[in-house]
Amino acid sequence: MNSWIDRLRPGINKLLQKRETPDNLWVKDPDSGEMLYRVDLENSQWVTPSGRHMRIGPELRFRYLFDGESWLAIDTPKVVEDPLKFKDDKRYVDRLKEARAKTGRDDAMAIGYGKIGGSHAVALVQDFNFMGGSLGMAAGEAFIKAAQEALDRKCPLICFTAAGGARMQEGILSLMQMPRTTLAIDQLRRAGLPYIVVLTDPTTGGVTASYAMLGDIHIAEPGALIGFAGQRVIEQTIRQKLPPGFQRSEYLLEHGMVDIVVDRRELKATLARVIGLLKA
Amino acid sequence: MPMVDRPAFLDFEKPIADLEKKIEELNATAEKSGAKGVRTEVAKLRQKANQALADLYQNLDPWRRTQVARHPDRPHFKDYVDELIGDYVELAGDRKFGEDAAILGGMGRFRGRRVVVLGHEKGRTTPQRLKHNFGMARPEGYRKAVRLMDMADKFGLSVLTFVDTAGAYPGLDAEARGQAEAIARATERCLTLGVPMVSVITGEGGSGGAVAIAAANHVLMLENSVYSVISPEGAASILYRSADRAKDAATAMKITAQDLLGFGVIDGIIAEPLGGAHRARANAIKAVGDAVEKALYQLEGLDADGLRAQRADRFYRIGRSLADLPSSADGAPKAG
Repeated sequence: MNSWIDRLRPGINKLLQKRETPDNLWVKDPDSGEMLYRVDLENSQWVTPSGRHMRIGPELRFRYLFDGESWLAIDTPKVVEDPLKFKDDKRYVDRLKEARAKTGRDDAMAIGYGKIGGSHAVALVQDFNFMGGSLGMAAGEAFIKAAQEALDRKCPLICFTAAGGARMQEGILSLMQMPRTTLAIDQLRRAGLPYIVVLTDPTTGGVTASYAMLGDIHIAEPGALIGFAGQRVIEQTIRQKLPPGFQRSEYLLEHGMVDIVVDRRELKATLARVIGLLKA
Repeated sequence: MPMVDRPAFLDFEKPIADLEKKIEELNATAEKSGAKGVRTEVAKLRQKANQALADLYQNLDPWRRTQVARHPDRPHFKDYVDELIGDYVELAGDRKFGEDAAILGGMGRFRGRRVVVLGHEKGRTTPQRLKHNFGMARPEGYRKAVRLMDMADKFGLSVLTFVDTAGAYPGLDAEARGQAEAIARATERCLTLGVPMVSVITGEGGSGGAVAIAAANHVLMLENSVYSVISPEGAASILYRSADRAKDAATAMKITAQDLLGFGVIDGIIAEPLGGAHRARANAIKAVGDAVEKALYQLEGLDADGLRAQRADRFYRIGRSLADLPSSADGAPKAG
């Protein structure tokens, strides 16, 4: 269910793809259209002067999160590829190939282990750039593995969500990742280990309706789109326009679904404090 | 329960509908004339119609199955409860905000066992459909389910669920009150139950709205039901930019009971009467009852921890069982 979100803001995806090219010194502000100096953006953790939190991938997340910008990368499990032999306009295996070439990772999840303000934690980051971060078997297994790492190391699990939802190309097997990841969270609960969710733009569909909403603490980045149903579907169903700010972080805060909305640049300090308070 | 006298025919059933119409006309003639020849002709046609129906239903493609799964005359939650549950006491409300009739629930006796029963109800007549919101639940429906599962756990009642929904309701109010959280918590509650839980997909198993009350020890599907991550129409509008290609999406997503059994996602298929459950509801409901009873029997002897472990193992195995790797590969957690 990634493509509708891809279409929303294709510009940002393109920018993020291109960001390794050295001649790309300027980045267009998605809101004002102004050109922003890339180095300034990097220094502000990809938050624009107007406060928009641009989408970032796992590498940057880990860098911003872990002490000394240092962490242990943990491999994600291999899964059976394309069990449905799925094909729409394109074969699913070809879509996977493209996503891998584009991101340099096997699938949408990355796991890191390190210290946050002196406390150990496992972090799991969903990469929206990989087929819209969609939750398939690989992402589900990665989530389960990250939970197991947290159990083994007796430390909290932090999950940064970013996904359009379940991966349609894996059909029912993607839907089954909802109960599967929920089981892993239950294991953390029984072990008395904190499970913290950081909701980033966008988090929708089956991801929101499973591990994104089962945290002990829910932190959201400002302005992130967070919801279950897509806005177009809702508008078609109720035949009215949606209010401004609907399904954004601040809306969820107001409606009791997240604990705190935190600026990316304050995120590490907030997480460190929360972990420090929760750990025995 | 009244039988369906004249089922609403689906588009692809037109040849059957034509035969049935002819039979009806001949019957009318026979009544008037009393001619024996007409009655023989009727018998012949009847046989022909039955054969045509059998042939047609033997090889339904996924899209046709979807239409059968949505057939308005198919047994609904209330029909299952009427036929299978004794001493039924319907219970309402989530104790937080309201009552959602898209998911009904209550307690009663199923073949000697005390049970909590939950399921989506789509309704049949227009007022009923509106009351039940076409079986599309809001957060209150899922929170009511959680409340009833809490009660089942507390008093040691088994949980039976009948799943039949296009999906959770995509409305502004549902989002405002935390649809996603409600679904996630219901799924979690299923998985943490210390009592046996058996789910049957009776019609449409629509995405998160279905799995929220179907994360059970034993999951069964009726022969012509479907269970999918997104509706064929929804998938088509995303994948092909056109809802008209729902048939292609239904095929590509592998949503039938036969597919899901192959993937290890469900534990069994319940055969339907000739021409689908809507043509002989009582028989279909009895078959469901028998299958549920058998599933409950298989879970006997497991204590609360054993039931949770069986459930965890069941879901962790999904997907892994498709690989050559043993299910404990990659250091993934074991059930328990």
